Amino acid sequence: MADIANLRTSAETGLSALFESARKGFASEDKISREEAFRFFEAVGLPSRRVEAFKYTDLRAAMQEASAPAEAPSLEAARAAVAGATGFAGLDAVRLTFVNGHLVRELSDLDRVPAGVTVTPLNDALSAGHALLADLAPVVQARDNPIYQLNTAFLADGAVIAVEAGAKVGQPLHLRFVGTQGEAFSTATRVLVSLADEAELTLFESHEGPDGIAYQPNDAVDVTVGARAALRHTRLNEEGDKAIALSTISVRLADAAHLETVNLVTGAVLSRHQIYLHFAGEAVTVVVNGAAMLGDGMLADSTLLADHAAVGGVSREMFKTVIDGEATGVFQGKIIVRQAAQKTDGKMKSDCLLLSDAGQMMNKPELEIFADDVACGHGATCGAPDDDLLFYLMARGLPRPVAESLLVQAFVGEAVEAVTHEGARDALIGAIEGWLAARG
Amino acid sequence: MLEIKNLVVRIEDKQILNGLNLTVNDGEVAAIMGPNGSGKSTLSYVIAGKEDYEVLDGEILLDGQNILEMGADERAAAGVFLAFQYPLEIPGVGTMTFLKACLNAQRRARGESELSTPDFIRKVNGAADTLEINKEMLKRALNVGFSGGEKKRMEILQMALLEPKFCVLDETDSGLDIDALRIVSEGVNALRAQGRSFLVITHYQRLLNYIVPDVVHVMSQGRIVKSGGKELALELEASGYAEYRANEAA
Repeated sequence: MADIANLRTSAETGLSALFESARKGFASEDKISREEAFRFFEAVGLPSRRVEAFKYTDLRAAMQEASAPAEAPSLEAARAAVAGATGFAGLDAVRLTFVNGHLVRELSDLDRVPAGVTVTPLNDALSAGHALLADLAPVVQARDNPIYQLNTAFLADGAVIAVEAGAKVGQPLHLRFVGTQGEAFSTATRVLVSLADEAELTLFESHEGPDGIAYQPNDAVDVTVGARAALRHTRLNEEGDKAIALSTISVRLADAAHLETVNLVTGAVLSRHQIYLHFAGEAVTVVVNGAAMLGDGMLADSTLLADHAAVGGVSREMFKTVIDGEATGVFQGKIIVRQAAQKTDGKMKSDCLLLSDAGQMMNKPELEIFADDVACGHGATCGAPDDDLLFYLMARGLPRPVAESLLVQAFVGEAVEAVTHEGARDALIGAIEGWLAARG
Repeated sequence: MLEIKNLVVRIEDKQILNGLNLTVNDGEVAAIMGPNGSGKSTLSYVIAGKEDYEVLDGEILLDGQNILEMGADERAAAGVFLAFQYPLEIPGVGTMTFLKACLNAQRRARGESELSTPDFIRKVNGAADTLEINKEMLKRALNVGFSGGEKKRMEILQMALLEPKFCVLDETDSGLDIDALRIVSEGVNALRAQGRSFLVITHYQRLLNYIVPDVVHVMSQGRIVKSGGKELALELEASGYAEYRANEAA
């Protein structure tokens, strides 16, 4: 064990060098504890399969080299990248555009933010000492996570979105992340979303980038939801086919707050989406769904931690994974119910549809329950499309690929149906149909 | 219309059909009756193209064309329709989406143009009214939460929409109460026409009071062992299948 320092991988050494050079550019007085975060990361290194939380997603093996943090792109390059972006395109929304992890103000709707909402670019918020920065890292467990710490250490850009008390914002906000062609790069963005009491917001988040480049986005969204406030969040990962895409959403919920978050993965050779929830207030309701459509060589990891710390929380988690070719799906879900969190009602489910013999699905559900009056459960299933259902559809004239696609859509559709915003739901269904069409 | 010659079929190691011969003429309603395990459902699945069965010998000719070479979807497009004994529930697939996909897939396979949405809806509504199908059911996922009777009516609705040439009704009467039996039978009778034939598989004569067959076949041990007019069904109701079981024993 004493020799751990000698076993640093090329990527880890690279990250240290990159941090040394990046730190010179960071303002020393801002509220981000980059140094502390990087030292934390350096001490644990890139997590390998020996680390329980990364048992099925060996980042140490997958990330062979560390890519340098992306410079802010030229406006011309940013425009070119955004021109081809399709995620939630066509939906009426106020857009914040990030290209290679940098907020491009010229391509964002900062001047037409809806009433009741203020959007401050993260770097402005840092230099001004924005009061809401106190809400960064709202869930304590995320602070022990190397991906999140790496995001903190290299944090380059982002935004602070504040919704004032009682504001029911009708127009969605869209965080649009796009990558450019060319050299591989890494990003570290943080968007802080703060909903005051009784506020409501619909948030879209799309991630796209070029194929053929091993770029490494690391995006984090920190959220606080006030009493009786509601956030509806729909996320679409359509990253390029060589990307290693790491992401974290951390949400702290006050009394009777509501969260709906649905993530669809069709992109990235390796993705890990981490969801940290802290049920701080009573009678919080949460819907967390995920769907992943995986082709040959892909790995998609959804890792969830739901910490019920107060009475009467209700959580519903449904994850659907479709695996084609030699791909791997990972679901890790942990529900903690603290002693104070009586009457908690938590249900977690992970289902996998295997379209090939070579695919594999790893499920790790965990329940840690310290209260005695709770209803918590989890379940996992894995199987091929049902032959009898296929025959029924084919006997009505549907060719096998069409029948199979219909069953796949029905399977993942259950997770996507939870999206309240009709346009966002249709966008996810469109992405699923696109995946099926490309599969042929 | 349909001609089955010397059909020999096996599933796993068990031979179910043992040289079955059967002819169903154009516009004819033929009933097949027989004791449990005589191979009736196997026959329906083999006609529709289920892949679990191994055809060892024989052929099934639909208007002279051997359909055994075709996949289940191709047979459907060629005009074969199987009303399932146990229609399957398909969560997540909307009934209307399913109906439209099937109809248009068959039309495409036959080189016909797809139906426009208004034409499609008109057609579905018309058929649903005839079968006393609640429009709310059409908005739900296919067969999910439907009662046994509703599922069977949905099968007949599909038959009415797809306008097949050759319809196999596999124990459509099972699980139906008298009212549902009447509605389903009326739906079937309304579809009786020149150019369309039916093979009605049933255990009981009761269904044949509603769907009056032109000819009745008795099946036993994977063969047709007796054929006659509709009065044969009444005889069977009176005497049971003992005579045929005796043959089995011998």
